[in-house]
Amino acid sequence: MSLPERNAAAMSTQAPTQTPTLEVRNLCTSFYTRAGVLPAVRDVSLRVAPGRILGLVGESGSGKSVTGFSILGLVDAPGRISGGQVLFKGRDLTQLSAAGLRELQGNRIAMIFQDPMMTLNPVLRVDTQMIEAVRAHRTVSKREARAHAGRTLALMGIPSPEERLRAYPHQLSGGMRQRVAIAIALLHAPDLIIADEPTTALDVTIQAQILSEVQKLVREQGTSLIWITHDLSVVAGLADDVAVMYAGRIVEQGSVADVLDRPQHPYTQGLIDSLPSRNKRGQRLRQIPGMAPDLLSMPTGCAFAARCSRATSVCAQEPPEREIAPGQTVRCFHPGAADAQ
Amino acid sequence: MNAASKPVPSHVGLQAQSPWRRVVLEFISSPTAVVGLLVLVLIMLVAVLAPWIVVQNPYDLMQLNVLDARLAPGSANMDSGYTYWLGTDGQGRDLVSAILYGLRISLWVGIGSALIAAVIGTLVGLVSAYVGGWLDALLMRLVDLLLSFPVILMALMILAWLGKGVGNVMLTLILLEWAYYARTARGQALTESRREYVDAARGQGIGPWRIVVGHILPNCLPPLIVIGALQIARAITLEATLSFLGLGVPVTEPSLGLLIANGFQYMLSNEYWISLFPGLALLITIVAINLVGDRLRDVLNPRLLR
Amino acid sequence: MIGWTLRRLTQSFLVVLLMTLVVFVGLNAIGNPMDILVGEDLNQAERLQAIAHLGLDKPLWEQYLIFLKGAVHGNLGQSFVYHEDAMRLILQRLPATFELAFCALFLAVVIGVPLGMFAGTYPDHPLSRMMMAASIVGFSLPAFWVALMMIMLFSIKLGWLPASGRGETRELFGVQWSWLTLDGLQHLLLPALNLALFKISLVLRLTRAGVREVLPQEFVKFARAKGLSPMRVMCMHVMRNTMIPVVTVLAMELGSTIAYAVVTESIFSWPGAGKLILDSINMLDRPVVVAYLMVVVVIFVVLNLIVDGLYYLLDPRVRVEGSR
Repeated sequence: MSLPERNAAAMSTQAPTQTPTLEVRNLCTSFYTRAGVLPAVRDVSLRVAPGRILGLVGESGSGKSVTGFSILGLVDAPGRISGGQVLFKGRDLTQLSAAGLRELQGNRIAMIFQDPMMTLNPVLRVDTQMIEAVRAHRTVSKREARAHAGRTLALMGIPSPEERLRAYPHQLSGGMRQRVAIAIALLHAPDLIIADEPTTALDVTIQAQILSEVQKLVREQGTSLIWITHDLSVVAGLADDVAVMYAGRIVEQGSVADVLDRPQHPYTQGLIDSLPSRNKRGQRLRQIPGMAPDLLSMPTGCAFAARCSRATSVCAQEPPEREIAPGQTVRCFHPGAADAQ
Repeated sequence: MNAASKPVPSHVGLQAQSPWRRVVLEFISSPTAVVGLLVLVLIMLVAVLAPWIVVQNPYDLMQLNVLDARLAPGSANMDSGYTYWLGTDGQGRDLVSAILYGLRISLWVGIGSALIAAVIGTLVGLVSAYVGGWLDALLMRLVDLLLSFPVILMALMILAWLGKGVGNVMLTLILLEWAYYARTARGQALTESRREYVDAARGQGIGPWRIVVGHILPNCLPPLIVIGALQIARAITLEATLSFLGLGVPVTEPSLGLLIANGFQYMLSNEYWISLFPGLALLITIVAINLVGDRLRDVLNPRLLR
Repeated sequence: MIGWTLRRLTQSFLVVLLMTLVVFVGLNAIGNPMDILVGEDLNQAERLQAIAHLGLDKPLWEQYLIFLKGAVHGNLGQSFVYHEDAMRLILQRLPATFELAFCALFLAVVIGVPLGMFAGTYPDHPLSRMMMAASIVGFSLPAFWVALMMIMLFSIKLGWLPASGRGETRELFGVQWSWLTLDGLQHLLLPALNLALFKISLVLRLTRAGVREVLPQEFVKFARAKGLSPMRVMCMHVMRNTMIPVVTVLAMELGSTIAYAVVTESIFSWPGAGKLILDSINMLDRPVVVAYLMVVVVIFVVLNLIVDGLYYLLDPRVRVEGSR
């Protein structure tokens, strides 16, 4: 993909008239456990325009996966979407019936999961799992569905797809399984794909291959993509926009160029500083001091305050979301570039 | 399992206490298990104290009055006028007395055989684990063979071989049950012997026997206790079944199983109580043991917790 | 794969051989059949003649060899009581026992699996808690007592179902079956249900545990994310994985069901092999007991092989390891 092309796509989608593929408004998802209510996702708002890739970044437990599941209506009990809207092409998914939601799942919105060892059913052959996915949304014969499955596997750069179709998941390597899972997500050329750390469990080389293939396919098909990851370097290479989550909230979002070059939130800065590539050889890796707060006993006010060098008494209140630059918002009372300190 | 879904805070304060205290506290946190335990204690009390509670000795034919046979629950005794609260059986036995005496036999056979089997089985298991080699292989194949056939079939075979009688029923139970303990004790011993504290003890020059008894055995106890509880219930059921089939206790000293069997012939004439009440007593006993055993399993073996 | 099969077959053969020895030696200690079979009024010469006729005068090892030689030809001796081929006696009665056992397993699956699926999907539902409590009672119930209570309730008090015998039978493949007639089905229901009670609890618990283990797995969520109907997710993805232990345990349980049919058959006067063996033990009819035990041992060994084969069929992961 050439850069001008990418910028052109970015420009066109920034036009305010176009409806975004996905717009999440003030989403709240909580888990109602015996030990108490865990607010996993708090007041999250996102926009993904057609053909754009959004990187959703955060450490484990920050609520990024739950956000993905909430969009697709796959939050399991005791979890529940407790507020907000998920507008997919203008339709609020939180208001849809189970059947209405199922029509979209795997069809217009697909999901790719983290662990390729676990996403395919170990006792069913690959073709069974692909054919059922085709036939869940299209009335075609098994043979046609199988042919379509084979073509999609080939699209994902899988050699000898016919052989792979006959295989059981455990007969495939981890990278191959993840390609199969991605092919299943691509079967119906969805408008939106939510990918939940699909490459973290893979070797770095395979990760790079899969990333480039996904990027290519998404561009070709005009699919919007939410790429959930804890790895900022993946986002830097893949995404157009980025949203940084911390303790259930989006603390900063904007275009990748803006956020990664001029991070405003101290947490984003901390994440960038802890990237190995940013550190000089022989120097100790920089870390963010402290630990993420326990969701059960969330402090009032800014959740990052306890780990933040800029925290003042005002941080005991909830920081509002502020637009710091066009298209870049941040939730902090003391935003600013790192060297501004 | 989702760690957050467990009531974590309640355990935090228990960390410093002894493991057995934790077990007791966790055990009593389940009301059904506590009820089961209370019922079990009560049953054991009345069974032990039966001779001083009952109105007649059901095994003493001189005390039985055939004229009182098959009286309905609540009928009065012809001679002394005491009430047969649960009726009488075909030979004029007071069912309350017969049930209490039957419980004595059931519990004696069940607990006795389970204890003896536990001692033998644990010993075999520990030896098997410690010696290893061909002895271990041989013993474990034997265990596999024993456990792969249904208990009732093995019991029929052994009883056909040894002949009828309570002693032989107990012997049968022991012959069948030791295998469970042996397998568990061996498995546990093998796991435990790989732990660091065993190496540490060995490093201090402590002899193998002291290591087994002082270090490995105590750590094998929890699963053995759980198996013991469930085996007692199984043993009691099996004794009752064998007695019911006429292979257990003598007719003059009916246990619960034989009481039920004797009541069978009177059921057609609607004299249901002779079979019903001994069966209920049996059921309550076994349910109580199983409730306690289930809870013990949850408490003593967190790996099995679901 | 072939090596593995051969090894398993050899093992099975050794088990059967070992059991013949155990059964034979063990049973020779049962009383002295002569005391029962031969009248008191016989004189010593006639007694010896009868003993010689039955082959009881030879040393034990020779009796065993004769027995083994016969066993290979399917001849396990004549019943002392019925004066018929012991093996044929057992085989005649076996279909009735199989019918009962299979019906019991069928009921266990039909009742246990759906309940277990429900209890596994909604573990905190009051109904699920009730089922779990009921399954403890199901495990605890002494089967013979339940049988009596069933007869009491359904046959005597309510008069709905017959309490003894096979009822009207119909021939299929040269064997008489009860399940082919309405009357026979009615006769079958109570004993089969009785035999099934324990298995229902077992199946329920196994299914529940399996569903609870499989449901949170990522491939289930992925299947839902594909937009499959809940029915398809449950039947195809959850049950396929859950059923592996259930099916194999049930196959194993068929053996113990046949064994426990001894109790059920004797209560419901079901003319199967179990009732025959019980009578034979009481009458010291050694050849019949031996024949029965041998048949059951063979059934068990075959079942064990079938279970291994089932694992192979059901779980592709085992299939690959086995072929290596």
